[in-house]
Amino acid sequence: MADMATHHAQHDAFKHQFEDMDQQRDAGTFGMWVFLAQEIMFFGGIFGAYIVYRLLYHDSFEIGSNLLDVKFGAANTVVLIASSLTMAMAIHSAQAGKKGKTQVMYLLLTVLLGMIFLAVKFTFEWHNDYTEHLIPGFGFVIRDAWGAAGVHVPLFFCFYFFMTGLHALHMIVGIPIILVIAVMAWRNRFDEVYYAPLEMVGLYWHFVDIVWIFLFPLLYLVGGRYLSIGGH
Amino acid sequence: MSEHVVPVKVYVLVFLALMVLTGLTTGVAFIDLHAWNTPVALAIAVVKMTLVVLFFMHVKYSPKLTKMVVLTGFFFMSLLVAFTLADELTRGWSPKAQNWDATASSATHNPR
Repeated sequence: MADMATHHAQHDAFKHQFEDMDQQRDAGTFGMWVFLAQEIMFFGGIFGAYIVYRLLYHDSFEIGSNLLDVKFGAANTVVLIASSLTMAMAIHSAQAGKKGKTQVMYLLLTVLLGMIFLAVKFTFEWHNDYTEHLIPGFGFVIRDAWGAAGVHVPLFFCFYFFMTGLHALHMIVGIPIILVIAVMAWRNRFDEVYYAPLEMVGLYWHFVDIVWIFLFPLLYLVGGRYLSIGGH
Repeated sequence: MSEHVVPVKVYVLVFLALMVLTGLTTGVAFIDLHAWNTPVALAIAVVKMTLVVLFFMHVKYSPKLTKMVVLTGFFFMSLLVAFTLADELTRGWSPKAQNWDATASSATHNPR
C-alpha cells in the first residue's frame, strides 16, 4: 500500500490530504452521493404530492394522462437511456486509458441525445399542449367531454409541467457541465487513475435518467390507456 | 481497493435490458390489470432504476460507505411517502365523534 501511495502521489491531480488516489476517488464518490441523496428527497416531495393528489382525484388524473402522447414519452425514454449508455462509455474510455478525443466523442454524443430529448419535449409535447389549451394559466380550456372530473384535470397538468419542467431544468444545468468536462477531456486531463470530474457528472446524468424512468410511467402510462376517455 | 472497470459488454447488456423493460412497461399499460396497473408500472421502474444504479452508476463495485448513502437516500424517500400515505389512506378508518357532522357543518372551515 505504501509504494502504491507514492506511485499515485506523483499524479498531477493527487491532493495531499488523501492517503492515495483510491481514497481520493472514494471520498469524491461519497460526497456526490450525499448530494444525490438530497436530490432524491427534493424530487421525493413532488412525487409524494403527486401520489396523494392522484389518489384524491383519480379520474381527473387518468383523463389528464390520456391527453399526453405515449409515443413521445416512450421515444424520449429510449433517447435518455441511450444518453446514459454514452455517458457510461465516456467514463469507461478514460478507465481503459483511451485518449481524450474518445472521451470527448462520447460526451458530445451524450449532449446531442440530451438536446434531442429537450427538443422533443419542448417543440412537440409542450407546444402541442399549448395549442390544445392544456397549460394551466395559459388559456386552459376544461372540455365538456371530461364530465364532472374535468374540474381537476388542470391539477394533473400542474404536476405534469412542474415535474417534467424540473427534470428538464436538471438537464439544462447538466449539459453545460458536460461541455466543460469535455473541454477538460480534450486537454487530456483524465486517465485511468484520475477521472473524478467525469465520474461525478456521470452520476448526476444517470440520476436525471432515473427521475425520468419514474416520470414516464407515472405521467404517461398509469392513466387507463385501455379506456377511451377522450384522449388522443 | 482499486476501481473496478465494468466491461463494455455489461454496459450494452444493461442498455438492452432497459430497452426491453421500456417496451414492456409501455405495452402493458394498454392492458387493464385492474388493481395491478400501478404496482406493475412501478415495479418495472424500480427494476430499471436498480440496473442504472448498480451498473451505470457503479454502485455494485463501490465501497460499503457509498452503498449506505444510496440506501439511506431511498429509505428516507420511502419514509416520506409511507407516512404521508399512512395519513391519507386511513382517514376514513377512525369512527367519527358524536355530532361531528353537525359541528363540522356549523364551522366555517370545510376540509373538502
